[in-house]
Amino acid sequence: MLSAPRRRERLLALMLLATLLFTPPLVLVPDRAAAISWLPLYLFVAWGLVIGLAAWLMEHPAPPPERTPPEE
Amino acid sequence: MRSDLVVLSVAFGYLALLFLIAAWGDRRAEQGRSLIGSPNVYALSIAVYCTAWTFYGSVGRAAQFGPGFLLIYLGPTLAMLLAPFVIRKMVRIASAQRITSIADFISARYGKSSSLGVLVALIALIGITPYIALQLKAITVSHAVLVNYPQAANLRLADEPFWLDKSFWVALVLAVFIILFGTRHLDASERHEGMVAAIAFESLVKLVAFLSVGVFTVFVLFQGPGDLFAQVAATPELAERLGLDAVPGGATGWAGMLVLAFLAFLTLPRQFQVLVVENVDERHLARASWLFPLYLMAINLFVIPIAMAGLLLMGDADPDSFVLTLPLSADLQGLPLLVFIGGLSAATSMVIVETIALSTMVSNQLIMPLLLRTRRLHRSASGELAGWLLGIRRVAIVLILLLGYLYHALVGDAYSLVTIGLVSFAAACQFAPAMLAGMYWRGAHRRGATLGLIAGTLVWAWTLLIPGFAQSGWLDATFLEQGPFGLAWLRPYALFGLEGWDIYTHSLLWSLTANLGLLVGVSLFSRQSPLEQTQAALFAEAMHPHLLQTSLWHGQTTRGELRALLDRYLGTGATARVFADATSGQEEDAAAPASPTQIARAEQALSGALGNASARVLINSVVRGEALDLESILSILDTTSETLEINRRLEQKSSELAQASEELRAANERLRELDRLKDEFVAMVSHELRTPLTSIRAFAEILRDSGELPEEKRLHFLDVVVKESQRLSRLIEEILDLARLESGRLTLNPQRLDLVALARHSVDAVHHIQEDRGVALEVAIELEAAPVIGDPDRLEQVIINLLDNAGKFADPAAPRVQLSLVRHKTHYRLAVEDNGPGIDAQERERVFEKFHQIQRPEESPDKRRGRPRGSGLGLPISRGIVAHLGGRLWVEEAPHLGGACLVMELPEAPPAAPEA
Repeated sequence: MLSAPRRRERLLALMLLATLLFTPPLVLVPDRAAAISWLPLYLFVAWGLVIGLAAWLMEHPAPPPERTPPEE
Repeated sequence: MRSDLVVLSVAFGYLALLFLIAAWGDRRAEQGRSLIGSPNVYALSIAVYCTAWTFYGSVGRAAQFGPGFLLIYLGPTLAMLLAPFVIRKMVRIASAQRITSIADFISARYGKSSSLGVLVALIALIGITPYIALQLKAITVSHAVLVNYPQAANLRLADEPFWLDKSFWVALVLAVFIILFGTRHLDASERHEGMVAAIAFESLVKLVAFLSVGVFTVFVLFQGPGDLFAQVAATPELAERLGLDAVPGGATGWAGMLVLAFLAFLTLPRQFQVLVVENVDERHLARASWLFPLYLMAINLFVIPIAMAGLLLMGDADPDSFVLTLPLSADLQGLPLLVFIGGLSAATSMVIVETIALSTMVSNQLIMPLLLRTRRLHRSASGELAGWLLGIRRVAIVLILLLGYLYHALVGDAYSLVTIGLVSFAAACQFAPAMLAGMYWRGAHRRGATLGLIAGTLVWAWTLLIPGFAQSGWLDATFLEQGPFGLAWLRPYALFGLEGWDIYTHSLLWSLTANLGLLVGVSLFSRQSPLEQTQAALFAEAMHPHLLQTSLWHGQTTRGELRALLDRYLGTGATARVFADATSGQEEDAAAPASPTQIARAEQALSGALGNASARVLINSVVRGEALDLESILSILDTTSETLEINRRLEQKSSELAQASEELRAANERLRELDRLKDEFVAMVSHELRTPLTSIRAFAEILRDSGELPEEKRLHFLDVVVKESQRLSRLIEEILDLARLESGRLTLNPQRLDLVALARHSVDAVHHIQEDRGVALEVAIELEAAPVIGDPDRLEQVIINLLDNAGKFADPAAPRVQLSLVRHKTHYRLAVEDNGPGIDAQERERVFEKFHQIQRPEESPDKRRGRPRGSGLGLPISRGIVAHLGGRLWVEEAPHLGGACLVMELPEAPPAAPEA
């Protein structure tokens, strides 16, 4: 398991990222980008990205505790 | 194939299958091999969120309002990302307090207030019934479309008798199902495993059905998504519907809808039921937090393609039915039936869970408190009340379904599917402030929550529910335009003149403002009762690892009385279970006083069956004296958090202490090492000083004592005396240099000089001696000039010292030394390397320590040359000098010869001032 506070932080950051991706003004970008709106495609791609990251975060076995090699 | 008989037998056959699955699930649960003990099943059961509204209505909404429908699913995605924080806390609170519904949750938080429970249950009943009606409507409409196609399904429900309406019979079958699998036990906190298994199965069915239509539409009716969207792009009025402009309210409506879905996901009674009450293991939340959003994404993947295809092919047909009419138009037989079953499963799963949640609320929050007031009930026989309770719940189930059916039959025609759903969402959102604030803010007060709920619900009714009635033609619709009594600022869709918003965002804004404003405002000026304080603390500190979960009952009662109480309400079986552990190995004595733990267990058991508020009333009725020691619970809570804080600080201090002692230990070690080195140095210096002194004295004595020495011998002796004296003075000079360096009194005479010339000069100086030793000295300088600032004598001393050292440590068989000088950025680097054994990586810094002498590992005593390698002062002195001149001196791997390489780096001198 990841150390609890680290996972908490990452999850909160992901939640903020998702909120940012799903709300104006960011959704206005693909909407106004071309003559035909790319908004639906953008939403599904962003959605998939968020789900993928969440899955990675929740299912990922923890890396061994980080330790820099001793300096000589 | 589509005859009424076939459709009906398939539909009721499907319901029969649900019965089988639920029965199997319950059997497995009794055998202790739970079907639902898996995070995947948990995630699927949460998908009860996707109702017929998703199944049919999403396409309708996408066809009219573009991608806005996705917000209904993006909101829950955000909520599930927070599941490990928010929902986990809810689960923990609910299991600690035996909470069985959201009404129970809110009532328990605010001091087990029964009036708040009544309020929440009533709001849920008013707000959610239309939603149940919507599911029944979806079943009726989809059935009609399926049977009547290609004729339009323009049925008027009110025109035909109810016994011809299929959804009436479906509702009845569901009532039987829910009664069988939803009210088996009285203890509602025992999970409905069979029901959850059936719900998870239904989630799979609706997903498969919807994906089938999607694949059929995109790849059979069209040649893939490219073809479909090329046709859409060619039709401007369709292409417009893909953008944000089609969403009601634009960017504001977008954000409002996201908030609405986010809050409703957490507060809808059926979501609370599957997320919190039916949760088997809180670790399942981790998987569900991404698997459920994935389910949502999958079921929405084809919504826009189907909507667009429907608009392209079906023209102005009802977009809510595109899912059915598209495969029907292709004259297919099996697929429409599958779609119908998918829609049926979406509708029934929602109705089942919602009805269970509502009936629990109705029986525990509305009926029980009333019944408990009648005296007669207290004198009833054993187990009789248990039967009563189950009966109440069963009647409630039937009534709720009938209410839903009535609403459907009378009002349902006026709305499209999504409209009803969103009105319900907005109603459920009113629970969010009381619930969320209660979980995180200990100060939230019962009165604030009550007033906030009432105000929020009134605003909701005024801005959404009543205008809906008006649009159904039940009320005169003029007040929509002009406001009641001509008061324009009270217009339901433009409250206080706020115009141009979509109606849901508008309603959400005002209702939540009123709700949250009153909750916070009133709470800030109210004083909590001790019970509420305790409950608030237990809710807010629920994640506290050492939280004591036992109520501290201080009052007196006998075991017999307690047993009789439980017996009356829960029946003999349940009572035996509650007392099973407590009395094992003890003589059952009805007159003995009940222990606090037993009272607490009894209260918990009653809470699970009757709700928190009623359980408290009942326990109070048998416990005499100071019933609950609330002060001590509070003080325990506060003490534990204080203790934890102190512990944390202590831990911090002790780790600081450990670090400090570690540092001290290291420093001590270092001091010892230095002390040892100093002793060695003194010994070495004495030895070094004594050797030349001894020979000087010996030769001087010879010269003094023996008068007639031959002239040449006398000269030789004098020569030795002079050389030894020189060596002696050189050593003393070194020691003095070191002392000056250490004390900072070394005086240098820095001037501009050319390092190239200096290096060549130094090489010339040692060339002769090195040659005598047989050392091959190579010089690799390609620079023309290397201007640096330095003291020429001292620098030469350093270079000669480096060359001398290298010569000493070079391979004795074929000694080689190379001096090179290169430019490195704004510095010059002078490197002296040898082909000796090199210096171990960990030794490299130590050679600059005073008195340190390198041991050559392979050096055996017999190969030792006659005299010591040196005083051990050359390198420290050299480093001191170089450092004084702003440069550095270090050891590294020799790049060419393979031995040690000492590098001296000096900054380049600034350009010389032009000669005047």
